[in-house]
Amino acid sequence: MTMATSSAGSRRIATISATVKSAWPNRYDVIVFLAIGALFVAMAHGAKLMHKPLAGLEVNPVSLDPRNLPQYALLTTLRMFAALGFSLLFTFLVAPLAAKSKKAERVIIPALDILQSVPVLGFLTFTVVFFMNLFPGSQLGAELAAIFAIFTSQAWNMTFSFYQSLKTIPRDLEEVTSHFRLSPWMRFWKLEAPFATPGLVWNMMMSMSGGWFFVVASEAISVGDTKITLPGIGAYLSVAIDQKNIGAVGWAVAAMAVVIALYDQLLFRPVVAWADKFRVELVAAQATPESWVLDLIKRARFLSAISGFLDRLLQAFSGNVANLSKQIPETPAVSSRANRIFDWVWNIALLVLAVWAAWSVISYIHATLGWPDLAEAVTGGFITFFRVVILIIVASLIWVPIGVYVGLRPALAERVQPVAQFLAAFPANVLFPFVVVGIATYHLNPDIWLSPLIVLGTQWYILFNVIAGASVFPSDLSEASTLYRVKRWQWWRKVMLPGIFPYYVTGALTASGGSWNASIVAEVASWGDTKLEAHGLGAYIAKATNDGDFHRVVLGVGVMSVFVVTVNRALWRRLYALADRRLRLD
Amino acid sequence: MGAVAARTDGRQALVSVKHVRHFYKRGTSSNLLVLDNVDLSLYDNEIVALLGRSGSGKSTLLRIVSGLMPPSEGQVDIDGHVVKGPADGLAMVFQSFALFPWLTVLENVELGLQAQGVPPEERRKRALGAIDLIGLDGFETAYPKELSGGMRQRVGLARALVVNPKLLLMDEPFSALDVLTAETLRTDLLDLWCEGRMPIRAILLVTHNIEEAVLMSDRILVFSSNPGRVIAEIKVGLPQPRNRVDPAFRALVDDIYARMTAKSTATPAKEGLFPGTGISMSLPQVSTNTLAGLLETLAEPPFNGKADLPLLAERTQMDVDELFHAAETLQLLRFVELAEGDLKLNDAGRRFAGAGTDERKALFAQHLMTYVPLAAHIKHILEERSSHRAPIIRFQDELEDSMTEADAETTLHTVINWARYAEVLAFDGETGMISLDNPAEN
Repeated sequence: MTMATSSAGSRRIATISATVKSAWPNRYDVIVFLAIGALFVAMAHGAKLMHKPLAGLEVNPVSLDPRNLPQYALLTTLRMFAALGFSLLFTFLVAPLAAKSKKAERVIIPALDILQSVPVLGFLTFTVVFFMNLFPGSQLGAELAAIFAIFTSQAWNMTFSFYQSLKTIPRDLEEVTSHFRLSPWMRFWKLEAPFATPGLVWNMMMSMSGGWFFVVASEAISVGDTKITLPGIGAYLSVAIDQKNIGAVGWAVAAMAVVIALYDQLLFRPVVAWADKFRVELVAAQATPESWVLDLIKRARFLSAISGFLDRLLQAFSGNVANLSKQIPETPAVSSRANRIFDWVWNIALLVLAVWAAWSVISYIHATLGWPDLAEAVTGGFITFFRVVILIIVASLIWVPIGVYVGLRPALAERVQPVAQFLAAFPANVLFPFVVVGIATYHLNPDIWLSPLIVLGTQWYILFNVIAGASVFPSDLSEASTLYRVKRWQWWRKVMLPGIFPYYVTGALTASGGSWNASIVAEVASWGDTKLEAHGLGAYIAKATNDGDFHRVVLGVGVMSVFVVTVNRALWRRLYALADRRLRLD
Repeated sequence: MGAVAARTDGRQALVSVKHVRHFYKRGTSSNLLVLDNVDLSLYDNEIVALLGRSGSGKSTLLRIVSGLMPPSEGQVDIDGHVVKGPADGLAMVFQSFALFPWLTVLENVELGLQAQGVPPEERRKRALGAIDLIGLDGFETAYPKELSGGMRQRVGLARALVVNPKLLLMDEPFSALDVLTAETLRTDLLDLWCEGRMPIRAILLVTHNIEEAVLMSDRILVFSSNPGRVIAEIKVGLPQPRNRVDPAFRALVDDIYARMTAKSTATPAKEGLFPGTGISMSLPQVSTNTLAGLLETLAEPPFNGKADLPLLAERTQMDVDELFHAAETLQLLRFVELAEGDLKLNDAGRRFAGAGTDERKALFAQHLMTYVPLAAHIKHILEERSSHRAPIIRFQDELEDSMTEADAETTLHTVINWARYAEVLAFDGETGMISLDNPAEN
């Protein structure tokens, strides 16, 4: 792929100079332009739809006619991308701040850590009301609430990734930028952003995959008396559930599958393949990501000319301001004493803020609730915790052997990996109705039978991480174990499991985090008038949201956050430290 | 085609380093002195090499000269102006090439010009000129991933030359390359220099390769380590192109080896070759395999117990750092004598070389306990305790009183590994406990 890249690259440069002679588009240009044109038309159409007044929603409620699905799918997708855009903006603003300023870092990083643990769907309750009040009478408020919910599922880990990249820039490249006296602006665009791009792109794509779940969940929101159904696949699904229309549910699943497949091929893979150019390992990797879409774009000749022009524009953009900022006079050195005083003031301010925040949260909750309510929430928390643990264990027992089997066979892995990623992206809540129908019909115990729903969507993270781990397991180690005839159980214990341990931990951590979120929509499920409820914190929060009882919601969300953060620190961090200390393969 | 001899009389120095001392701040305890009272001057038309082992602060000095970091004390002048930050008219070539992987060769070379705000057409022209000069014509649109190490360093060189610097700073530019590529690049660079095709006035080269220094430079400044101090200044008067087998060349190389292994007269008598005394002697990481191998090599023909260091280096393919560390360790353990660029096996060393495994271990154990205070100290502490065990942290904390964290860790692990070989101590990596021998018993 490296050779192909270089030849494509040189072809690109050759064609820029050739544009003078032959700017006629070839057939690839035509395909790409049609696609882009369609995209713009879709965006305009969608934007127009979003601006309709709220009352319009009641007049034109979400219809279950499958012919509406493409339009709904389009709107759902647009919401995703809008949220992604905001997340990117947030990342570019907040991460450099955290990386460059120690004081900001002390606040921002823990904040991000905690925000990552707060269940997104818990946020939704408040943001819906907030945004609706911001734009009374217009659909825009509801749209923004949905977009914001998705934003909260993407922004934090993208910011973390960017921040981490900024902190691990290779020292020699930093020295080059200091040595040639690059302005801060130029340094950002020439060094920091490109270096961070591979991590950022991967996190972006993973976030989007996870985001489909929240899109679907956030399009049909009911907070107390306020009930919104925005036109989209999620709303379609919710209406189908209300009307007990299993056929419509089937259509929704199909539509979602098509959307995810398109998004994967047309966006995920090309962008990841493009970002490969920024990887700093200066040895061509064995398996560089490939994408037929990226190849298509590279072959489109006219498009290459445009991208060449954009490239030169970008060069000018990233360099031009250099002249101006070079003349900035040296900032006078602040005396270290003044610095320390400022440190003190800052720390005290933070402390005061923390105390005030804790006091206001507690007093808010305490206004209507008391210890019994806390006990109820915490008990629910433990129940959900056990549920998540048991299910992760069960999922691991099933998928780890399969993952290892697949991972050790490269040809098979190549075909299965994308499928596993697709499954991880597919919003499992679209499939819930099938299970719910089953439970309702056969009068099964919801506490037991609703539980698998929690890991339905998240178990795939375990699978594809284990596949990845097994596929990079050093071949000399497996050869040695074959030669020494290491037998089955010993092989698992001494060879394979330690080898894939770091990958497994990553997968299980992601799965567990996603499961907590899923519990809010999985522990309370409905089919028409039938309402199924399991015991647990997810159910607690879901019911509180439905009742519009904000105090309970705050309590529930708070308790869940505490659980997630505690499990994170106590369990996952330790496992990561263990993996790092003893199980690294380098 | 000889290099123009530098005239130092009356001319203003291009670079003037005055009384530079530099510390690394070390948390709570005293600071680590890296450079001690360095004075040097660089004049037009000369290549000066800063030669020393790792830890001699020469890369730090280079960064201080370039303005990337300010010295703790002292000052650096370039062309009479005090250096207060990354200075104008300098360019640096890095050991690791430091190319941006997402920029093409052309874009990498243009980087410095773009930072100066040079307009695009002129930038491109000058960059293409520089690329042509160093012989990479045709690779303008290649990415660093596609280039070999030697080609990448050429790009680094082009990037440095294109900004028309007065002074070229080179930080071990050839040490990341294989022997043949390095040789090619060296000769190419010397050709450009001697023919005057580079617009630079002087080159400051940092290296730990003694032959490279003698091959390339007009003056060599030899540095000691811990802290870095100029211990010798050697003028190399040989005409270019220089020949490695020329007797005068070899004499110079020998002389430098001798100087680098001799105890410096400037240092107080109690300081040996390892910084610190007693248990706070900071030891380098040398494996017992290396030590045994070196003793065996010394004992065999052609050396037969006495070896000229440069020849030994060539035979064992070890670079200066590894060889000196091993030789000095063997001297510490009283298996060899190190003097005037020669390594001589003594009786104990001869016995070791000829013995079988068990006898070697016993002999090694004896010397280790006698001559390495830290090993004896650890054993003493363990014997005092009734459980005969102690956590490694205990010793690490003790050592950190007199050396840096990293040094403490290295020294401790080195001594423990030696003691394990000698079957005097046992160490459990999982629990971090040191105990008296025989792990099976614990």
